[in-house]
Amino acid sequence: MGSDHAHRLYVPGASVVHRLGPQCKLVATVAFVILVVLTPARQMWAFALYALVLAVVAAVAHIPAPTIARRMLVEVPFVVFALAMPFLTPGDRVEVAGIQLSSAGLWSAWNVLAKATVGVVTSILLAATTDLRMLLLGLERLRLPGLLVQIMTFMVRYSDVITDEMRRMRIARLARGFEARDIRSLPVLAHSAGALFIRSYERGERVHLAMLSRGYTGSMPSVVDIAAPTRDWALALALPAVAIVILTAARVSA
Amino acid sequence: MHVPDGFIDVPTSLGAGVVAAGAIAVSLKGARRELDDRTAPLAGLVAAFIFAVQMLNFPVAAGTSGHLLGGALAAVLVGPYTGALCIAVVLLVQGLFFADGGLTALGVNVTDMSVVGVGVGYLVFLGLVRILPKTRSAVVVASAVAAFVSVPAAAAAFTGFYAIGATSSVPVGTVLGAMVGVHLLIGLGEAAITAATVASVIGVRPDLVRGARHLQAPLDLRITPTTRPLTPGAFDA
Repeated sequence: MGSDHAHRLYVPGASVVHRLGPQCKLVATVAFVILVVLTPARQMWAFALYALVLAVVAAVAHIPAPTIARRMLVEVPFVVFALAMPFLTPGDRVEVAGIQLSSAGLWSAWNVLAKATVGVVTSILLAATTDLRMLLLGLERLRLPGLLVQIMTFMVRYSDVITDEMRRMRIARLARGFEARDIRSLPVLAHSAGALFIRSYERGERVHLAMLSRGYTGSMPSVVDIAAPTRDWALALALPAVAIVILTAARVSA
Repeated sequence: MHVPDGFIDVPTSLGAGVVAAGAIAVSLKGARRELDDRTAPLAGLVAAFIFAVQMLNFPVAAGTSGHLLGGALAAVLVGPYTGALCIAVVLLVQGLFFADGGLTALGVNVTDMSVVGVGVGYLVFLGLVRILPKTRSAVVVASAVAAFVSVPAAAAAFTGFYAIGATSSVPVGTVLGAMVGVHLLIGLGEAAITAATVASVIGVRPDLVRGARHLQAPLDLRITPTTRPLTPGAFDA
């Protein structure tokens, strides 16, 4: 605790994208994703343009493509689901490589894959260019309830501590020759989860006492002022502005 | 099971967002009642615990593994409001920072897993604890059933959103069947690990299990008359 290491999601840099106010980037990201979801799926070129826009942002921010690709793996469970759609949708069939598939299902699958992928990459870029603590400050600035932001802050700050604790317990289990093979190893894992809960809860109590002894009265003192100049807002909102143009063009030609 | 962007249409997602925001506001109030001024650090740490424990994979069968969702577990351990709040915070952090679950689908995800998952889980738990005998094993059994029911309930809630605002034309019946079917299986694993975790915490620190509070005997002061009065200086040596 207290060490100033950057979180592993954050790719340090000093690009224009990195330096924008976090609240501007949050608003721009959410607006961009909503506009993408509103785009009619059959206008495939619109999604190519969205991808191009994100590629430009990634290039300006110097976020390497392999980093983005690696983090896109979170999407995999839903890709599997999307791939099942052409088989499950009733209606017109088209033959693709000798397999009967539903054309409506193919479009649904494309719809989910395209929009989910653009959404995931947008979120990855946000987290890669903005320090987690700055994002939390940005959320507070956007009038998210203070208590909620505090809880999120504690979660983010301590998730590494708790995850490390879990990792140490796993190594301790391995050192004693334990390997989770089947359902019978469940009680052992549950004991670990129980111990982890007790340790987390007790740590929470200690943190609370430590905060009280440092004068905590229910709100955290703000040490950084993150007021964003109009230039930041203009620059960040250029992203959803471009998306509005693409969306309008897609709607008109649909 | 995090819904990504583009799966549910925008009006339905926004509606779900309003429901989720309301639910978070209610659980913030409720959590303050459960934890008073300890809310921020304790709910934060419990959320970090849920986040970590969701990474704990346990083997199911034939090389597949599952992980805990933790809704019912959180409700039994820390109470329904704090539990729902912690799950919602985990989903917010996963969606905003880890790209896990779409930003536009945050409302749907929070409503499914935090409101319905924790809510249904806790109601089942409460009902069972009322009718079962007042023992520790009854609490464990009740938490197992609650966990088992909470997972398909969340899946059914997702299907409800799908029925209202689907972007694809897979029939609702097919989705309901597949979602609830798969999640009944996941629910079995959830039930087993939730029960075992609750049992292990009850064994060590029963005072930390909110769902077992009714089992705690109130402390009473017993005064035993001593036969030999203490003499001054008895402990000096």
